[in-house]
Amino acid sequence: MANLKTTEKKTKAQSMGLHTEVLTGKTQQKFFNPDEAENFYYWGTYDVDFNKRIDLDVNDLDCKEANKKIDELMSQGYGTIVIKNPQGKHSLGVGVLNKLNLIFEGSLGYFGVGSIDGPTVRINGRVGWSCAENMMAGKVVIEKNAGSCFGAAVRGGDLICKGSVGARTGIDQKGGTIIVGGDAGAFTGFMMQRGRIIILGNVGINLGDSMYDGTIYVGGKIGSFGSDAIESPMTKSDVDWIKRKLKVAEIGENFDVSKMTKVVAGKKLWNYDALEPTEKKGAI
Amino acid sequence: MCGIAGLIHRGKSSDVGNELQLMLQALKHRGPDSTGYALYADNDGENFIMRFKVGENVGEGSTSVNEDDSVYDKRKELVDQMLKNLNATVVKEEKLTPYSYRYEMKYDQDLMEFSKKIESIESVEILSIGKSLELIKDLGDAQAVSERYDLGKVKGTHGIGHARMATESGVDIKSAHPFWGYPFSDVSVVHNGQLTNYWNNRRVLENKGMRFMSECDSELIAVYLAEKMRNGASLEEGMKDSLSGLDGVFTYFVATKDSLGMAKDTMAAKPLVLYESDDLVAMGSEEIAIRSILPHEIDTYDPFDGEVKVWQI
Repeated sequence: MANLKTTEKKTKAQSMGLHTEVLTGKTQQKFFNPDEAENFYYWGTYDVDFNKRIDLDVNDLDCKEANKKIDELMSQGYGTIVIKNPQGKHSLGVGVLNKLNLIFEGSLGYFGVGSIDGPTVRINGRVGWSCAENMMAGKVVIEKNAGSCFGAAVRGGDLICKGSVGARTGIDQKGGTIIVGGDAGAFTGFMMQRGRIIILGNVGINLGDSMYDGTIYVGGKIGSFGSDAIESPMTKSDVDWIKRKLKVAEIGENFDVSKMTKVVAGKKLWNYDALEPTEKKGAI
Repeated sequence: MCGIAGLIHRGKSSDVGNELQLMLQALKHRGPDSTGYALYADNDGENFIMRFKVGENVGEGSTSVNEDDSVYDKRKELVDQMLKNLNATVVKEEKLTPYSYRYEMKYDQDLMEFSKKIESIESVEILSIGKSLELIKDLGDAQAVSERYDLGKVKGTHGIGHARMATESGVDIKSAHPFWGYPFSDVSVVHNGQLTNYWNNRRVLENKGMRFMSECDSELIAVYLAEKMRNGASLEEGMKDSLSGLDGVFTYFVATKDSLGMAKDTMAAKPLVLYESDDLVAMGSEEIAIRSILPHEIDTYDPFDGEVKVWQI
């Protein structure tokens, strides 16, 4: 185990409350130090100019080549990239970790725009399974339908599908907002842990099955509730928040939000209610 | 993980052989072990077409025991003798590979008894019998199988196909899809998924006189539907019944002489993308399969859990 040593002189990080101890020894842990500029470097990101626009035809490229090309274009400062002829290819646009306007003129296959952190994505077609899986931040808008596992394990950002989505939407969701203009399939919000899902249409069976936390709002009929999911009364703040989100998502303009059904977790987790909100975040 | 694809042209004939080959080739990454086609071709409808094998493909990747071609020839002679005994008249005979044949024949008796007799010959399996159905399955990807059996020129109204990744049973033709809906002419099934009550159902169905040729769980669907239809149920009724009768995760297609259907389990655990227009329905495990024949922008969707659909030509 590393030796603990208290230093008299506080570093900038310590004065910001980031940590109070310095570890020494073989297993010395390196803390984030804002004194060193290199710590602000976020690997794999680029400074891009949104006004610098380019079209990229991926008809003859496989997904690896296409993603490499997108990376190259970002490194050249292109901030608006329009992908032509995606033709249902898998794993396009994954791992974009900076601000970017990414537009797909067509449909994506599986795992489209996964693990992104910041870009604004518009897909003028449909998407296959696991779209935006592990998304950290940003905004993704799908103009048509989406497949199953839509927004699996998303941690932040807004994920919007204007059409209908398949089964297990928001499975393992850890944050952010998923908005669906149409219907959703079975097991929506399956094992959901945090974040919010808004479905304007109907949902299938086992809604919110095994959910730990988070909130699901449904505008249409519910096939059935899953284990641990219960209905909760809509509040004014719910209504206001949904209205604001729908406006941002550009759907459901005349939708009567007040008549939506709010679904939350009915499961009592071990010691969960005794935790502070920040600790709850760590618990799940 | 396997890949399935199907298409039906409504009201007209098309190059289904080539189209299905393109769709299945796009799904090659889902199943590289074997590929199968059930094509509903523009045949004259006069004679039965029987496709059968007298041995296995023992090529690269096969889990079958090597056999000499002379053994295949001997079995083929026994089949010819049996056909004579059954009063079946062979009109046309084609040797497609050393181990597989296509016969056009005239026969007007019970197909179940006929099949039992033919398959009583060691290692002989009828892949399909029908007046329209051409069922081909072999080791290799879609393009290799299509070239081996010259499927590119087959014209017809509809077809289903399968790219198989062997998980539950061996890499061989008998475990490859599609499965013929024995003993019904022109019925075929492809499946993506796993069935967990295979043995329970198999024991029940075998006691009712149904036949299983492989230990592939997917064969159960063909036999299950055939047994329902034998008892008077329509194809759609049988498919709806299968949602509760079959346990596990599955998406399957079933085709008959004039229809094509799909069913998805109640968990919606297996993928399916569907494109539907007035004159064409195309579906596959991944959108990329549909895009291989429809490169222009189209609207597709995923059917929901527990959904059954049937289309007529």
